[in-house]
Amino acid sequence: MLQNLTLILPEMILFLGAMGLLMIGAFSKGDSTRTVNLGAIAILALAAATAGSFANNAQATAFNGAFVMDSFAALMKVLTFVATGIAIIMSQGYMRLEKLARFEYPVLLLLAAAGMGMMISANDLIALYMGIELQSLALYVVAAINRDSLRSTEAGLKYFVLGALSSGMLLYGASLIYGFSGSTNFVEIAAAFQPQDGILPMAQVLGLVFLLAGLAFKISAVPFHMWTPDVYEGAPTSVTAFFASAPKLAGMAIFLRIMMTGFENALVAWQQIIILLAILSMVLGAFAAIGQQNIKRLMAYSSIGHMGFALVGFAAASAAGVSSVILYMTLYVVMTLGTFACILSMRQDSGPVERISDLAGLSQTRPFMAFCLAVMMFSLAGIPPMAGFFGKLFVFRAAIDAGLYSLSIIGVLASVVGAFYYLRIVKVMYLDAPADEVNEPMPRELSILAGVMTAFTLLFFVYPSPLVELADKAGAVLMQDGMVATDMLQEHLAGH
Amino acid sequence: MTLTSLAFYLFATVAVASSFMVISSRNPVYSVLFLILTFFNAAGLFVLLGAEFLALILVVVYVGAVAVLFLFVVMMLDIDFAELSEGFLQYMPIGATVGLILLLELLLVFGASSTLIDTKPLPQATPDGMTNAEALGRVLYTDYIYFFQAAGAILLVAMIGAIVLTLVPSNNPKKQNIAAQTARTRDDAVETVDVEPGQGI
Repeated sequence: MLQNLTLILPEMILFLGAMGLLMIGAFSKGDSTRTVNLGAIAILALAAATAGSFANNAQATAFNGAFVMDSFAALMKVLTFVATGIAIIMSQGYMRLEKLARFEYPVLLLLAAAGMGMMISANDLIALYMGIELQSLALYVVAAINRDSLRSTEAGLKYFVLGALSSGMLLYGASLIYGFSGSTNFVEIAAAFQPQDGILPMAQVLGLVFLLAGLAFKISAVPFHMWTPDVYEGAPTSVTAFFASAPKLAGMAIFLRIMMTGFENALVAWQQIIILLAILSMVLGAFAAIGQQNIKRLMAYSSIGHMGFALVGFAAASAAGVSSVILYMTLYVVMTLGTFACILSMRQDSGPVERISDLAGLSQTRPFMAFCLAVMMFSLAGIPPMAGFFGKLFVFRAAIDAGLYSLSIIGVLASVVGAFYYLRIVKVMYLDAPADEVNEPMPRELSILAGVMTAFTLLFFVYPSPLVELADKAGAVLMQDGMVATDMLQEHLAGH
Repeated sequence: MTLTSLAFYLFATVAVASSFMVISSRNPVYSVLFLILTFFNAAGLFVLLGAEFLALILVVVYVGAVAVLFLFVVMMLDIDFAELSEGFLQYMPIGATVGLILLLELLLVFGASSTLIDTKPLPQATPDGMTNAEALGRVLYTDYIYFFQAAGAILLVAMIGAIVLTLVPSNNPKKQNIAAQTARTRDDAVETVDVEPGQGI
């Protein structure tokens, strides 16, 4: 029992912390938003430190194998919790100015982070579903947190309805998988999902496809991306910054884990689906973003495209592939948060502006902000020597090592097309006549965050090895975990 | 055996007939009442299957809470349901087609299941002569505590969400002041007025 509780310590800290802050918010006289915000950041830091302390431990499971803690889970949890904390820091000023500052916001984000931790460590279909729902339900609420705005409530409703649909698909797939494997545990599912003569039985494929569809929705991979642009545009910008970062990390983490452990033997059935998702996401992300005028909508298509690039490494289905996905997602989250630190600073005295044309001539009026945004755009486009280039490099190298040549070629072409709209923003900022639309100064915490992210993106190539090593280790652990499943399979077969 | 069959056919027939009435009756209140009848008969079917805990839950949750909630909503919202269901016959063919396709697909899936590799034997509904409720109680707070607590956390988020999205902080909250209520006397509340006939107050 004690081991169970030790392993879920990060989630317990988040959950108990959220309840404590809820009490503080509900019972304190006057406005407690600031206190609760600071408390939430402290709790996230504590949870990240606790999760990080598991990084070097061997893999351990709790609650009869429903919850697993290993280096992979530790790394992804640290990244997710830190991203959530940064999203809270960035939201403070924006929420105050937009008169949306409420103590429930950080509390909901803490609960969402607990859900993400549960997702990352899920080793069982029920645990997976519980984590996804805990996260999603909190996200639906924060999407609609500006309840007096039609667009925000529409975003919340749209996200909720489509999210419920995707949960339904996921559950249907999970019930089929349970029905045809006799267990909800990933390791036991791996033993039951065995292709016969290179073909998986039809009913198992059906369950797998439904599960994949539900998970693809959570990371907004095409063709399950429809909600993304509307939700990103409608939700308050600070909420969008959060949506684009931590939940994507957690979604990708559970996607990797379930495919690499639960369905490692059924690779023939899912690899082609991942390849298709990757191609469609990269192409749509590249082409649909070209015509966008709203920078939040553009970031939505950008995030769809980046999910496609991450899925390229995923499709390789090797230890190098997994580690490249982890690295890519880490760099993506840093770049996204850095970009949103700049987008959150796009303000006039009358309120926030979000059109791309509002950025015209920013290099003359706000040189620091323009420089940060330009670095982020170069990096998102994948231009060396920015960090984004190395993310793409590792992902494509893994795909080529796995023999996925056409996928890599399509990916590189999509990346070239995508570079167009990123560079257009740089051109608007540096070459157009100043429009003087953004005339409020950049808030201090945002400029510090943007500066740190920019420095990281610029200087990543100088000393990339710590992060690469961590990702390699986590990737090896996840694939080794598959080995454990193979051993169990052999025992299973010997028993018959 | 015959008694069980008889009970099955009784419950099944009433369930199908009353669920048909749910979608065909013109009065929405009747629909909800027929829905309750359907739930009861489904609960009867669960008892026949040996799943008495599910039967109990179905009656307690669906009849006791959900159906009554529906009834309140139907009564409080002034919706002209007759107008809403006018196009029923018009949409019937396409609805029937969709239903047929779904049915065929389901048959296909379950047909495929028979050709499947050796699956594990299904777990027993009543292991070691325990009742369902006892069997569930033994694992729900022990083996499944993690899922149970996670479900609780999800409900907490749902509650916070409902409050965040609907509560309007009021400057003049209507609170009950029990002291003022009990201190109130007949003299404070009632005034006797002599009204002259034909003059009013």
